[in-house]
Amino acid sequence: MRQQMQSVRQEAPVTAGLVRPVLISAGFFMVVTGLVYPLVTTGVSQMLFHRQAQGSIITEHGADVGSAIIGQWFTEPKYFHPRPSVTTGTDPNDSSKTVDQPYNAANTSGSNLGSTSKKLVDAVTGRVEAYRKENGLGPTDPVPVDAVTASGSGLDPDLSVANARIQAKRVAVARGIPEQQVLTLLDTHTHGPQFGMLGYPRLNVLEVNLALDNLALHTSGK
Amino acid sequence: MINDLMQFTLFVLILIALVVPMGMWLARTFSSPSHARLERLTYKVLGIDPEERMSWKRYGMALLLSNAAMMGLGYLFLRIQNLLSFDPLGRSAQTPDLAFNTAASFVTNTNWQSYSGETSLSNFSQMAAITFLMMVSSATGLAAVGGFIRGLSRKNASDIGNYWVDFTRCTYRVLVPLSFLVALIYVWQGIPQTLDSAATVTTLEGAKQQLVMGPVASLESIKHLGTNGGGFFGVNAAHPYENPTPLTNLIHMLSMLLIPGSLTYVFGTVLMRRRQGWAFFAAYLVMLIGFLVIVYGFESAGNPLLTAVGADQRYTATQFGGNLEGKELRFGAGQTSLFVAVTTAGTTGSVNAMHDSLTPIGGLVPIAEMMLNNVFGGIGVGLINLITFAILTVFLVGMMIGRTPEFLGKKIEAREMKLVMIAVLAHPFSILGFTALAAIFPGTLQSLNNLGPHGFSEVLYTYVSGTANNGSAFAGLNANTPFFNTTIGFAMLIGRYLTLMPMLAVAGALAAKKTIPEGPGTLSTSSALFTGLLVFVVIAVGGLTFLPSLALGPIAEQLLMGAHQTF
Repeated sequence: MRQQMQSVRQEAPVTAGLVRPVLISAGFFMVVTGLVYPLVTTGVSQMLFHRQAQGSIITEHGADVGSAIIGQWFTEPKYFHPRPSVTTGTDPNDSSKTVDQPYNAANTSGSNLGSTSKKLVDAVTGRVEAYRKENGLGPTDPVPVDAVTASGSGLDPDLSVANARIQAKRVAVARGIPEQQVLTLLDTHTHGPQFGMLGYPRLNVLEVNLALDNLALHTSGK
Repeated sequence: MINDLMQFTLFVLILIALVVPMGMWLARTFSSPSHARLERLTYKVLGIDPEERMSWKRYGMALLLSNAAMMGLGYLFLRIQNLLSFDPLGRSAQTPDLAFNTAASFVTNTNWQSYSGETSLSNFSQMAAITFLMMVSSATGLAAVGGFIRGLSRKNASDIGNYWVDFTRCTYRVLVPLSFLVALIYVWQGIPQTLDSAATVTTLEGAKQQLVMGPVASLESIKHLGTNGGGFFGVNAAHPYENPTPLTNLIHMLSMLLIPGSLTYVFGTVLMRRRQGWAFFAAYLVMLIGFLVIVYGFESAGNPLLTAVGADQRYTATQFGGNLEGKELRFGAGQTSLFVAVTTAGTTGSVNAMHDSLTPIGGLVPIAEMMLNNVFGGIGVGLINLITFAILTVFLVGMMIGRTPEFLGKKIEAREMKLVMIAVLAHPFSILGFTALAAIFPGTLQSLNNLGPHGFSEVLYTYVSGTANNGSAFAGLNANTPFFNTTIGFAMLIGRYLTLMPMLAVAGALAAKKTIPEGPGTLSTSSALFTGLLVFVVIAVGGLTFLPSLALGPIAEQLLMGAHQTF
């Protein structure tokens, strides 16, 4: 028993010789996993998928007009309108103030309002009324939920088919083209589920609006 | 609806198919006798002897101290980020309490974020502080479970392996190569991977839009594979640049459960008890599916208060229904519900929707999963947590039938039970203690984004998430205050090390014991009956501990929502 006790005492303390590997491991693995790994990934990605690695930027007539996967804010009647967004940004006129800036991709956020929030219910009530008015719906017509709820990122690029089809009439009137033409365009730009299984049918707002503008260009060119 | 159910089934099938090959790979990593050349070089640089056999104390000490050094380095980078790198967006350094919170958060694999990525971190910090800590904290968790399983598998042994070898191998053989491959798939699908900080575009209506980007894909892949969860951007995987397509969403979810799920297979292989491994896997899956059913049921049903004001939340051929506040259309209520169940099962804490805007019971699900903390659980520690409860289960059953409890052929005695109880109790102690503290702290009210019971849920969620090392949030709460940063920081450290260290001690104690032959009175721990008992004990202990706090938050809110009460 006594011998055992002594052998325990003679053992080196558990931390013996740990100082050097502990300190070096922090610096060494920082270089390996914090610099080498992301930089090599960047190099290979840039070679293989340059467009996506740079943010899937869309260029039209020499100008960068947006990203294929990031939504942007549309208010004019001739464009399809995206989902509500509650992102904010600094006031361009007064940098000490924060103002509503929908689709601000430099400061993303959702509303974070819970289901019983009065603010949320009031906001949705207001959006339902505005949507009905804008698109010529009756005062009791149901409004697709995606048109009146804010997305999580504030940058949702997509619309539901139901939402887009309701807006088609307004867009057609504003552009002076037949509604059927707009509906056909919507059909050709509807993305089904990925690989036929994942997700739901949806439309990319920027893609559809660009197609509308190009349609107008072609028509006026004739 | 049918579409959603098919996607859920697809997810579970792919997961099960991946568990075996991944498990075999991990088992090889832990048990292979030879070192690769790069590994030998690393051991030389670190100045360690890869053949050293460490007692659980020394193993744990190396883990703890190296984590402390890494946390220190991360803290330093965050404090001086404005001096370190040329950042075109000129983002300033983090304050001391915020940098402490961030470093503690990432080294403990929590990834709670009191800041918003795109406005407060330079690309250098995203790589050298965040990606670095994500990688090493997952390697730490994985190494710990390697040592733990080794301890359980040995008899009359005084060591549980070599921490440096486990850590290095997990990094080189598993995490880095896997993260690299997944990152390339992500870039293909649209996640940026660049050193540029932003692109400015002119929208069709003539406004300027600044698109913040950076090395996102390399962070995103380890974020999920390592069950980390911290986003490059403030809104995490709801951001189209972090999660552009349903495919990336699927890979995110599979990545989160890949390693925690495979570890049950590793466990079965190393201990030569395959059935035991599958019994644990089944326990995970049963709990996950149960929670998924609840969250999907409530989210797809939608919010009755919005139906009342004219929003159409029905599912039709041309629209997805359900509660879409805070959700993205590429995922809808279906893939979002699955993500909610998976991210709080795997203690990842990544979010593809704003959890704060879930329906009350939909929001109860992530809270409850993190309270249980072992529905898959975080990388490495999830299995350790489940085994904690498995030992508790054999103990309770042993009490009922009046036999000395045995687990894996070893007697469970007073010392092990004491350690197990420390690990079991540290979790609710931290959650309920800090929540109570915050509830009486006068500054808390100013941080809340929601009033009524949902406000309480925001605070409860915060400490559950911190302690469970999850990191997701009811993000309406403004947690970037000295009080919240500090208390959440401590909750994360307690949740990580006060559950990990006692269980390493259990592994050390069990390794030293001799195996006793199984007799007719031995309770088989690999039977369906035991899996059922285990799930029951997990839920009963969790329920008894946490139900009162859930009643004050989400349950009260659900009842009030039914009565059309708003706040």
